[in-house]
Amino acid sequence: MKKKSNLFETLVHGIFLILGLVTIGCVLLITVYLVVSGIPAIREIGLVRFLFGSKWASTAAQPQYGILPFILTSIYGTAGAVFLGVPVGVLTAVYLAKLAPPKIKSAMGQAVSMLAGIPSVVYGLVGMMVLVPGLRRVFCIPDGASLLAAIIVLAVMILPAIIKMSVTALEAVPKEYEDGSLALGATPEETYFRVSLPAAKSGIAASVVLGVGRAIGEAMAVMMVAGNAPNMPDSLFQSVRFLTTAVASEMSYSSGLQRQALFSIALVLYLFIMLVNGILNLFLKGEKAE
Amino acid sequence: MNEIITVRDLCLWYGQTQALKHISMSIPEHSITALIGPSGCGKSTFLKTLNRMNDLIPGVKITGRAEYAGQNIFEAEVSRLRREVGMVFQKPNPFPMSIYDNVAYGPRTHGVRGRQQLDGIVEESLRDAAIWEEVKDRLKKNALGLSGGQQQRLCIARALAVKPSVLLMDEPTSALDPISTLKIEELAVKLKEKYTIVIVTHNMQQALRISDRTAFFLLGELVEYGETEQVFSRPVDRRTEDYVTGRFG
Repeated sequence: MKKKSNLFETLVHGIFLILGLVTIGCVLLITVYLVVSGIPAIREIGLVRFLFGSKWASTAAQPQYGILPFILTSIYGTAGAVFLGVPVGVLTAVYLAKLAPPKIKSAMGQAVSMLAGIPSVVYGLVGMMVLVPGLRRVFCIPDGASLLAAIIVLAVMILPAIIKMSVTALEAVPKEYEDGSLALGATPEETYFRVSLPAAKSGIAASVVLGVGRAIGEAMAVMMVAGNAPNMPDSLFQSVRFLTTAVASEMSYSSGLQRQALFSIALVLYLFIMLVNGILNLFLKGEKAE
Repeated sequence: MNEIITVRDLCLWYGQTQALKHISMSIPEHSITALIGPSGCGKSTFLKTLNRMNDLIPGVKITGRAEYAGQNIFEAEVSRLRREVGMVFQKPNPFPMSIYDNVAYGPRTHGVRGRQQLDGIVEESLRDAAIWEEVKDRLKKNALGLSGGQQQRLCIARALAVKPSVLLMDEPTSALDPISTLKIEELAVKLKEKYTIVIVTHNMQQALRISDRTAFFLLGELVEYGETEQVFSRPVDRRTEDYVTGRFG
């Protein structure tokens, strides 16, 4: 009887283990595939010329495969989105976690969740129909599809991640800290900004890194609003191409070295994301250690 | 002695529950007043009324009068009142920042910016709280690295840094070991030269050791209030006698 139940437990255990291994297997498979298919083009083009070449002309008679414009666009675009999105997101989180009356808090919380659930193609569509023409009119530029449009769309897209994680971090701040501050004669607002926010800083930092990851990896929405010309991003109004969109926009008609180079771009993107994830884990670990 | 806090006919409700019933008492300056009584008797609630920390709890209703230095506590500007009437909590609650920043928090919040002035306030407060010698070499270290007793004295220093006249202490030693407790008690006795102290305590020996006057609360009523020596040795009320002799509570 006992032996039977042991066998059953071993069996169940095994099934769960296999399910877990499937996930790990997928990650490994993707990693290996990307490395294997991304390396040849880099070898052929040369790592430095590939990463730091400033011109991408994959279909020219003398093709050039420099992805610096894409890398910089991804970095600038993400930085811009963080620059716009983090203050809005963190302040919203302070409001939701500390100041908002319960009814507003629940309504606004649900709205934030919905924002997170909207498919990125819808963000892109709204950006294309509203934001791009709007920018064109406001700044009197020939085309509104630009780095700025992408930054704005990305800023909105990373809001839910930032708000939700920051709210959680702020709500976890012990009430004793806030009481201590209030008892010294600080106003509630002073207390939230000078005690609660610093106390929640590692959680908030993690939310920002999560937002960065989301922004770097986003393809569909930015493809619809960024204009997609492989220019160096030297102005906010430049039509630009991100790492993600560089892969997506040429994949359907590419071949040969061009196709291999797209895999290499994907590999670079993948390394970026891994880096961001590593940083995120560091922050989360730091939070636990405290 | 001058009375610094005067309370008349104070009643307080948490929703439907009445937590304080017609409390009247006066607290003299430069003395230690102990509030004793079993759990839930209203002594902490009373204490928190004096710096309006009860305002933070939803559904609180208060009637009656309470005056601090002649001004109505309930009409005073709350931030100003709390600067004058500081508080030390049951659980040491230093902010998760450096020792220096903890003490400088209050003055900074109230607009003190000068580096030298802040340094002066920090040192003076830490000295007054009898912890300067222990922390002077690590002012930039995180306050959470201190022991519980040190943290509590740091919290006292933090409270002193905004130059209050009254210090409310809500069971300040209940989370501490006996030696740390002793240090806080000695400190309280020393501090009454400059400040007025109101302390809530579960420890009757503590009340006996350090306080000048003792108030015994029971079920939201102030049963007895007088010189500590009298309350403990010759209580007027039978219920006080039962409590201080350990027959219940």
